[in-house]
Amino acid sequence: MEVTCKAMPYEAFKDNEYIEHLVKELNESGANVVVGSLDKLINWGRANSLWPLTFATSCCGIEFVSLGAARFDMARFGWEVARSSPRQADFIMVAGTIVNRMAPVLRRLYDQLAEPKYVIACGACAVSGGPFRKSYHVAKGIEDIIPVDVFIPGCPPRPEAMIYGIMQLQRKIKVEKFFGGVNRQEKQKEFLETHPVPGVND
Amino acid sequence: MSTLQDKIAKLFPQASFDDGEFLLVNIPDAQWHDLAKTLRDDEDLAFDYLVTIVGMDWTDRLGCVYYLTSTKHARHISVRVATEDRDNPMLHSIADLWHIAGIYEREVYDFFGIIFLNNPDMRRLFLSIDWKGYPLRKDYDEDPALNPVSTENERQDDNTYSWVETPDGKIEKKTIPVFGEDDFVVNIGPQHPATHGVLRFRTSVDGENIKKIDVYMGYIHRGVEKLCESLTYPQTLHYMDRLDYFSAHNYHHGLCMCIEKAANIEVPRRAQVIRVMMDELSRIASHCLFIGTYCMDLGATTMLFYTLRVREMILDIMEKTCGARMTFNYDCIGGVMQDLAPDFQKDVKHLLEVLPANIKEYNKLFTGNVIAKNRLEHVGYLSREDAISWAVTGPSGRGSGWACDVRKTDPYSIYPELEFDEVVRTEGDSMARFKVRMDEMVQSARILEQLVDNIPEGDICAKVPKVLKLPVGHWFQLVEGCRGAFGIYIESTGTTSPMRLKIVPPCLPLAAVVDHITRGGKIADLITIGGSLDYIVPDMDR
Amino acid sequence: MYDCSSITEWIHGLLGSFMPDWLVILTECVLIGVGLLLVYALLALFYIYYERKVCAAFQCRLGPNRVGPAGTCQVFADMFKMLIKELITLNHIDRFLFALAPYLVIVASMLAFAVLPWGNGLQIIDFNIGIFFLVAVSSIGVLGILLAGWSSNNKYTLIGALRSGAQMVSYELSIGLSVLTMVVFAGTMSVGGIVEQQKDLWFLFSGHIPAIIAFIIYLIAGTAETNRGPFDLPEAESELTAGYHTEYSGIHFGFFYLAEYLNLFIVSGVAALLFFGGWMPLHIPGWDGFNSVMDFIPGTIWFVGKAIVLSFVIIWFKWTFPRLRIDQLLSLEWKYLLPINLFNLVLMVLMVLWGLHYPLPN
Repeated sequence: MEVTCKAMPYEAFKDNEYIEHLVKELNESGANVVVGSLDKLINWGRANSLWPLTFATSCCGIEFVSLGAARFDMARFGWEVARSSPRQADFIMVAGTIVNRMAPVLRRLYDQLAEPKYVIACGACAVSGGPFRKSYHVAKGIEDIIPVDVFIPGCPPRPEAMIYGIMQLQRKIKVEKFFGGVNRQEKQKEFLETHPVPGVND
Repeated sequence: MSTLQDKIAKLFPQASFDDGEFLLVNIPDAQWHDLAKTLRDDEDLAFDYLVTIVGMDWTDRLGCVYYLTSTKHARHISVRVATEDRDNPMLHSIADLWHIAGIYEREVYDFFGIIFLNNPDMRRLFLSIDWKGYPLRKDYDEDPALNPVSTENERQDDNTYSWVETPDGKIEKKTIPVFGEDDFVVNIGPQHPATHGVLRFRTSVDGENIKKIDVYMGYIHRGVEKLCESLTYPQTLHYMDRLDYFSAHNYHHGLCMCIEKAANIEVPRRAQVIRVMMDELSRIASHCLFIGTYCMDLGATTMLFYTLRVREMILDIMEKTCGARMTFNYDCIGGVMQDLAPDFQKDVKHLLEVLPANIKEYNKLFTGNVIAKNRLEHVGYLSREDAISWAVTGPSGRGSGWACDVRKTDPYSIYPELEFDEVVRTEGDSMARFKVRMDEMVQSARILEQLVDNIPEGDICAKVPKVLKLPVGHWFQLVEGCRGAFGIYIESTGTTSPMRLKIVPPCLPLAAVVDHITRGGKIADLITIGGSLDYIVPDMDR
Repeated sequence: MYDCSSITEWIHGLLGSFMPDWLVILTECVLIGVGLLLVYALLALFYIYYERKVCAAFQCRLGPNRVGPAGTCQVFADMFKMLIKELITLNHIDRFLFALAPYLVIVASMLAFAVLPWGNGLQIIDFNIGIFFLVAVSSIGVLGILLAGWSSNNKYTLIGALRSGAQMVSYELSIGLSVLTMVVFAGTMSVGGIVEQQKDLWFLFSGHIPAIIAFIIYLIAGTAETNRGPFDLPEAESELTAGYHTEYSGIHFGFFYLAEYLNLFIVSGVAALLFFGGWMPLHIPGWDGFNSVMDFIPGTIWFVGKAIVLSFVIIWFKWTFPRLRIDQLLSLEWKYLLPINLFNLVLMVLMVLWGLHYPLPN
């Protein structure tokens, strides 16, 4: 099964093995015909309606603004409905460095997002700490704080790279199952269980 | 300089003097407050602008270097105050003399643990209240286990503390609540669309009226100054891109000049011209983005897309030459990295052609709009005296009538040869700050016009030793960033990396002054004022 | 002009031939309810797409164009997603009011739909106080917004709700008065009657100066009523995150989102009704040939078309002007619009008394 986006031919994606692996994993449990096509419809809806949270800490955020501007126009894909309230957003694009003091805030924002929620780590700082990795006050990547779906390297990534990254997220969403079976929601749950927030007991 | 020295020596016999770029006064802590008062109030001295307080750890003692400027006499002076007590270091505060000193002293307290006596607000500035250790001290323990990245909510203290000297010479620690008991405190930020990044305002409001704002920084404090201490000089450069990412070229220029000054490197003329052109291009791009985001904050979203059009053009020009859209890393010690792209001149000329029409369009769409006028005029008034005392430089300071353009007051590079006007407006409100930026774009275009056909041939970079060591000493360099005076202080012990590299960000005072000028305004005015000051959070937090 | 009431009466007769009266009414109610919901949902989706495209055009962008032909399926994708998005339940809130608020908002806009003149004879209910009913039900919406802000137990939503309350109550006055001005002119409150009066010439032209003033005021107040820019203070993004609906997720937020666009349609629909003749085609007295050509275009298209064009103007406002501040917003209403409105009402009364307007059909 080829999982693709309308905007880009399948061969142009660089990590098709990974997606094919996900598809295999998905099909292992077997898909019911009715539920299967319902799943497809839901995934189509989710994949094509990704509303970002307005969230940026530094340079990458400005490139994210450029992404919305006329030249790159993320509205073409329907991503322009940036919501300021995390309750209404679908994915959080962690654009910029996350420092120690920001980590709890980021985690809280993530917890405030409504399911299904996705995370894109955008830029070297969010991926690994980037040029500030050695600093005393910088988180070495956001993976220890929240589960990440897509990494976009770059310092800052070009808007084209960001479009590619969000497209990859779309493809990942398309190989999810809403009705039972294998999906990443469980992995997410596992992550949250292994990374509890201290001081919160429910 | 000698008259200045004589005068101070006569009044303060305890003072000793070092020669440097500027006169450096060493003064014992006990006399420091008196000296500061004299420096500020004396007619002949009139040092009314506190540029920065550089916290220092000389391993044997802790202290501060104060940089002061007289706007009246256009003179600089620096003062060094130190204490040998490492366990409980205390210096006298000058927060009562310069408004901005309060926040600078908090920064020094945060990084070095020096307590300032009589400062009414001695909290940590960038780091959380439970942070262990003072990171910029030389003996700071960087073990991540001490201060781990935690997802636990940060502890909040509603009190601030002050160490006060009683008349009989004793020192008392006082606890002062930040807000009153019945205050309705709204937390704005750190994740909020209007704060231009991760700044946090705790705002106490009475209905829609703002009573007080408590600014919290440090949500993007990345410890650049500490990082620089372990890097060689050429390596430190790349952090300058990531402070105020709109003034990347200007900041690079500043640090390069400071290092070149110390190492006695003559920059070729061609490189100087290229640097200035890049500075001015980034100024236009930065102001474009300011206009766009500002209008977006005020609800006129469409402006952002019109201004970003011009910004994209400038980014294209830079991308062709530097190879990047934002973090250019273009200026290097001794010159610039690569030569200009072949069609640089053609592109710049095209930009200069379309820019006036665009500026006209912005004015038509926004500046003349009656709603915009109502929202901006007479909102967030900042007087000239307050602007100086709060060290609000750049377009924001010039909107208050303070001619503080470093390109004019302390000309550097080839600026003295160029013809351009310093845009100063006297209204002091948000509209003035907005219009100053509008007009500065025109002035930058004027500079570009003069240079675009006069780029001399020659080398783009001077000969610089592979391993660059600066002599023992300290240097200070100011440049005009897009948001104000950007300063670099380097103290070297003669090795390949700086002993202390202090960055003086223009945005820290801009955020500090928000409380002062929003009082009594509406919540919506906070957006207007904050936007018109145009601070960049990664710059103030470093 | 083709009268759609012949179809509706035929259906009524057909149903009546084999059903008792009460069942006929029940069946009709269900049919109309389903039809209304369908139109409601489709119109909202169309409006969302429309706004996104118009806004893109203003901003030199393309707007949605990847999902479906020319991006038309974008809104359906958004809807599917919203329907299955998690509804977050919060602690420390008034759950009943929190859940009730979005329904109140949506019910208010749905009720207003009942009296809009969709075409000749295509009106769900045409009673003698139609306009009054419209003004009355459209103010239920503010209740929903106030409740949403209050019950969320969040400071932003509370400020948003209070702003909204102050704004809606103020601008209701202007809407009411400008509508009243037109009612004075028409001499009837029945929606059908008002449309009928504009057979020869639309009110905007036959009522000239006072009608134009009333129209401008109505458009300003209507924009404020729908909480759209430059009057979008209750949900001012840069100030209050998302205003009164900050805490709502999933389809509850979807209701607010849809209601916003539906209210836009209602406001422009009422403007079309009061000033541009509802479903009446463009008639120019004396040009009989032209008039009969215009009559070939069905009334529904006229009505929806007029509403869409007027909505374009309101969308244009939003993407051009900066936002007002709360005190400026209120002083605009109380110091400018209200006195002008009262004066205009007197002007209209005098004009009708002295017969200075283009003569109405009856």
